[in-house]
Amino acid sequence: MMHGFPIFPPSASTAAPRVDALFTGLMIMTVFFSALIFFAIAFFAIRYREGSKANRDNPRSESLPLELTWMIVPLCISFGFYFWASTLYTQMHVAPPGAVDVYVVGKQWMWKIQHQQGNREINELHVPLGRPVRLIMTSQDVIHSFFIPAFRIKQDVLPGRYSTEWFQATTPGEYHFFCAQFCGTSHASMIGRVIVMQPAEYERWLAGAAGGAPMATVGEGLFQQFGCASCHLANNSGRGPALAGVAGSTVELEGGGTVVADREYLRESILDPAAKVVRGYKPVMPVFRGQLSPDQVAQLIEYIRSLGGPRVAAKGGTP
Amino acid sequence: MSPHSITTHEHYLNAGYGPRSWLLTTDHKRIAILYMLSITFFFFVGGFFAFLMRLELLTPDGDLVSAETYNKLFSMHGITMVWFFLIPSIPSVLGNFLVPMMVGARDVAFPRLNLLSWYIYVVGGLFTLAAMIFGGVDTGWTFYTPFSSTYAHSNVIPVVIGIFILGFSSILTALNFIVTIHTMRAPGLTWFRLPLFIWAMYATSVILVLATPVLAITLAMLGVERIFGVGIFDPALGGDPLLFQHLFWFYSHPAVYIMILPAMGVVSELITCFARKKVFGYRFMAFSLLAIASVGFLVWGHHMFVSGQSAYAGMVFSALSFIVAIPSAVKVFNWAATLYKGSIAYHTPVLYGFGFIGLFTIGGLTGLFLASLALDVHVHDTYFVIAHFHYIMVGGAVMGYLGGIHYWWPKMTGRMYPEGWAKFAALVLFVGFNLTFFPQFILGYLGMPRRYHVYPPEFQVLNVLSTAGATILGIGYLIPFVYLIWSLRHGKNAGRNPWRATGLEWLTPSPPPVHNFDEIPVVTGEPYTYAGEEEQRE
Repeated sequence: MMHGFPIFPPSASTAAPRVDALFTGLMIMTVFFSALIFFAIAFFAIRYREGSKANRDNPRSESLPLELTWMIVPLCISFGFYFWASTLYTQMHVAPPGAVDVYVVGKQWMWKIQHQQGNREINELHVPLGRPVRLIMTSQDVIHSFFIPAFRIKQDVLPGRYSTEWFQATTPGEYHFFCAQFCGTSHASMIGRVIVMQPAEYERWLAGAAGGAPMATVGEGLFQQFGCASCHLANNSGRGPALAGVAGSTVELEGGGTVVADREYLRESILDPAAKVVRGYKPVMPVFRGQLSPDQVAQLIEYIRSLGGPRVAAKGGTP
Repeated sequence: MSPHSITTHEHYLNAGYGPRSWLLTTDHKRIAILYMLSITFFFFVGGFFAFLMRLELLTPDGDLVSAETYNKLFSMHGITMVWFFLIPSIPSVLGNFLVPMMVGARDVAFPRLNLLSWYIYVVGGLFTLAAMIFGGVDTGWTFYTPFSSTYAHSNVIPVVIGIFILGFSSILTALNFIVTIHTMRAPGLTWFRLPLFIWAMYATSVILVLATPVLAITLAMLGVERIFGVGIFDPALGGDPLLFQHLFWFYSHPAVYIMILPAMGVVSELITCFARKKVFGYRFMAFSLLAIASVGFLVWGHHMFVSGQSAYAGMVFSALSFIVAIPSAVKVFNWAATLYKGSIAYHTPVLYGFGFIGLFTIGGLTGLFLASLALDVHVHDTYFVIAHFHYIMVGGAVMGYLGGIHYWWPKMTGRMYPEGWAKFAALVLFVGFNLTFFPQFILGYLGMPRRYHVYPPEFQVLNVLSTAGATILGIGYLIPFVYLIWSLRHGKNAGRNPWRATGLEWLTPSPPPVHNFDEIPVVTGEPYTYAGEEEQRE
């Protein structure tokens, strides 16, 4: 019946049916209370119309039990929905381990997408079926928002920081994605399609014509080209800390405190190195804000993340 | 008495003629009329922008206006309707006219400040209008940074200055109401004998005084960043774009309550009068207004669930947003209960009252969809949001305003509006409204983003329905505009109290004399002392 006139968008992610269930729950509640109010008003309005013979003895204009009832019942129902929605949100918020990471850069008015294997695309996003995919997103200019209705997810994409969202596609096919945050003249053209492929097909696509050098490899070239290598020596004898094993570890900071060296920290430390200096080092690294494109920053980060192995011990602890 | 001669007594309308007597008046009733004319003008300007948008959206392609023009249309529609129509609508027109009369005073506390507030409104309005005509603005009414501060090429600064100026008008009106309600109540008129409309005006005024300065500061900072390049919001300059959103919504969410609380006040008057029964749960009704006004300051973050704000903040704001719905629910249930064992007369104002309750209920309940974190992720920034807040703003606030205008029209003008036409218009508006905005709920859930000049073709059917509804709605607004003007000359003589309503404003002749009351009334009892059926049998 809903075929020609759907009220639900395609449901193609693990989150979609759960969001739809919440929507349906709220809809039932809305229809129930709207109908209650509507019929109460219609019934009273007809029965107690001017001149009707209805019994009007002892009209009341206050009732504490009634007031409490229609405060407490809606409050309980509200909190039921609150916990339902918040629990689901928490599950939808954090990507499971092992997600495929894809970098997304929004700019007026296009989406630039970069896969770790080196494939790049514009306004198209190829993803494998049945695997969690995490988008690591930033903007080159204003705020955008990456919205995939079929997956029921959306996240604003801000300049100057990474935002993430994740999904696990459940149905192969092509789906819209939209920029949902107004971003200027051609906002409505900042749209594209997600192509969900069978894993084998996806692997073929990654290896295919669109392929280039992996991000980490390109990043390694940048690491040399911008002179990073001259201070961040592998044996930790340089003016900057060695980077092997840093990604994901806990870093002690100059002036006390620690920080987890996630992508956001690495991004900040490349662009604005003085913001959080590693303990035992001086803020001597040049600022790369404006020197590197978001793509290049992402490539450097992937290079740093690719430097596995044990972390070289921090320089003594004595300044 | 012939319909052309009601002017037998001296009243505020015949107390002086000519532009001078109007432009230099300090009579709250004349200032209300000045406001009514000004906001009606801006309402039709804003409506015209909306109509062009709906025409463009008839087809998926951008074939009527360019993307740039479309972006300016929705921005100017929002700016005009929010700041130059909705926020001043009920407070500045009905509030100005009625607050002094309802509390039994001869004017507001500061009559000259009241006139100044209208002049500030006009200056702000003309400034913004000029900025819109000579170039326009394309940031949306929300002015999100860094787009507005760094990237937009349109008239951001002039429009922001216009809104900045307008803010002082809101503050002055609100200040006047607060002082008037505190200090000028007639003898015996204690707080719990006040009509609920006064409670609503009081709650609204408190929000206006507390929230508007935050908007002014925020817009000033936006101007500083845009003009002088000082990094406040733009990360490229070292600022934080989310800071703008926090500050903006700290004003703009309470601003939603600035628009809806006055309409709740109006509807309480309408329902109780035409049910001829005291409003049910008076104290709960009064305190729920204050509860909405105060909790309303703590929910701004629900506009930012997908902005990058922390997930924990999102959960707190979500919980508070569910809580703020409770006092609204209390109001709806109490209105319904007021009808029980009443004696309901079907005049136009109460039809608007019923329309308000129905549409506000749907608008309010769909607000819970948006307060639900996981669901908001999907529907945020889609047409679902557009539909939701138009149910509150148009279905709620505008219906309340029109209901109030019809109810107090006899008092304001001394003439009755034509009942048949008025009922017809109310019906047309109700049908047109639902046809315009109901399809937008579905569009939103299907994923159509807001502020889209072009859209994928599968969304067309619902957009055509919406545009058809908007056409009916537009015609619906023109009907009262015509018959209300007609009634000024040809309407039946209203008399002092055509609705047999309680309330001090009905004790004076219609239209009221310049000083409202020859003798200040003394209040000895509760409000809304309707006696139901007995009264009719007398």
